[in-house]
Amino acid sequence: MHPAFSVIFFTVASGAGFGLFSLLFIADFFKLGGGFNQDQLVAGGLMAMALVVFGLLSSTFHLANPKNAWRAFSRFRTSWLSREGVFAVIFMPLALIYLASIMFDAPQWLRVSSGFLTAVLAWITVFSTGMIYACLKTIRQWNTPLVPANYLALGYASGSLLLLLGAVGAGLDVTPYVAMSALIVSIAAVLKAIYYFWIRSPGLSPTINTATGLTRAKVKLLDTGHTHGTFLTQEFGFQIARQKASLLKVIVFVVGFALPGLMLVWVFNQHGEQMAAIVAAVAGIAGAAVERWLFFAEARHVVNLYHGAQRC
Amino acid sequence: MRLGLVIDLDVCVGCHACAIACKEWNASGTIGPLSDYQPYGAEPSGVWFNRIRHYEMDEYPNNKTINFPMSCMHCEDADCVTVCPTGASYKRAEDGIVLIDQEKCMGCNYCSWACPYGARELDRSSGTMKKCTLCVDRIYDQELPVEERQPSCVLTCPAHARMFGDFDDPDSAVSRTVRERGGYPLMPELNYNPTNQYLPPRRKPVIPVDTKPKGGLKESIKQFANKLVRR
Repeated sequence: MHPAFSVIFFTVASGAGFGLFSLLFIADFFKLGGGFNQDQLVAGGLMAMALVVFGLLSSTFHLANPKNAWRAFSRFRTSWLSREGVFAVIFMPLALIYLASIMFDAPQWLRVSSGFLTAVLAWITVFSTGMIYACLKTIRQWNTPLVPANYLALGYASGSLLLLLGAVGAGLDVTPYVAMSALIVSIAAVLKAIYYFWIRSPGLSPTINTATGLTRAKVKLLDTGHTHGTFLTQEFGFQIARQKASLLKVIVFVVGFALPGLMLVWVFNQHGEQMAAIVAAVAGIAGAAVERWLFFAEARHVVNLYHGAQRC
Repeated sequence: MRLGLVIDLDVCVGCHACAIACKEWNASGTIGPLSDYQPYGAEPSGVWFNRIRHYEMDEYPNNKTINFPMSCMHCEDADCVTVCPTGASYKRAEDGIVLIDQEKCMGCNYCSWACPYGARELDRSSGTMKKCTLCVDRIYDQELPVEERQPSCVLTCPAHARMFGDFDDPDSAVSRTVRERGGYPLMPELNYNPTNQYLPPRRKPVIPVDTKPKGGLKESIKQFANKLVRR
């Protein structure tokens, strides 16, 4: 699949934003490390919302006819893309209610219930983002529950590293934040490792024989019938060399998981070293961006069978 | 009604006339135009509803060239319709034709990702997705003589490799042909239940290929000399 920059930016930014917001609620509810004060909570919440909004705006850049984008909320019953849009839009007012109840010292029940609902909605939205890809039977590398699991784990890992940066900046006790980040980043790393092992041979998949129905002998492509590229070759023809993919997987693990892990140890030992927390957050998000690019680059759509691939 | 096409892979000669006729009719049809990019330039490309690919089956001396026209299969379980977030993609209840409402499409490409057959193509000029309409603006046209109320591709095919009809009717020509010739759908394992069916190439007697008879010494010298002499 062709890796579209706007979609990569959208999924990484909104994933981090939703992750940050839900973890911010947990930090507030349990007063982790002493708890953020009002202004810090509101600033953090607005930052998370800004990530979500920029992500959603960027996702409209890949539309060829964005004037009809408002219609995308209309097929909630069948389309995961529609569901994601609806959940993301419901998230906004709920998140604002939560932040307002912090700012204006609203009764505790309102603060907790709106915060909890927002956190749940954030989870559901990221899950829907993953399901947009996981529900496609045409792409074997995506058609697995590991995809929404990866989207959630990476979104929350990025969010937890941003939250840690906030905790260091606010001078809180970093121990619970380091523990939370370490746990989520390790879960994300393990899930991604399982995914990479799984797509090396992703089970039964269509072949050029089932695609053409000529199952009694070997089939090979003689001619694609078009002079130059088509929409299909542009959108689905993208191919990445195996060696390059392996190198990028190493980068995902070193930059996205190992480096933030190392920085977490540093933050913990130095009781809040700001530079280390910044490096952890930047590396975590950069790793997630590389992971997302590779997620698209490695996906092989079955239409490639009609263009000569023997299996997908 | 469940309207669709039958394509005879045994008969198709790969002339691309169906694709040309399709382009000709639909460029001015209900969801036209079908834009061309650099039609006379270095990198000609554009939107087509129908594409013909060419394959080779088996190996010499049993090999056979298969010409393979493909357009929208008008699937029974069309994921391109269910994934569409705007409701632009829809399947008609009355005849099973899958269409795209050009007024609603936002050009997100998601339906093309869900289609295993590569039937959907984005038109860069209008920013909307386009696909085979089964010539919906032709097959119901009361102004046309009855025998012409068929998709353009079917009417134009010089080899009569294409048939159009109702698969819900067990006695229709398409249903009977599919039964008799062992017609099959493409990629059935994905469970899209495509309506269009393909008729397999018939088995043909293998043409015996004798090895070249060995010439004597005289023949070898003659051949050697022929190679040396430039005529």
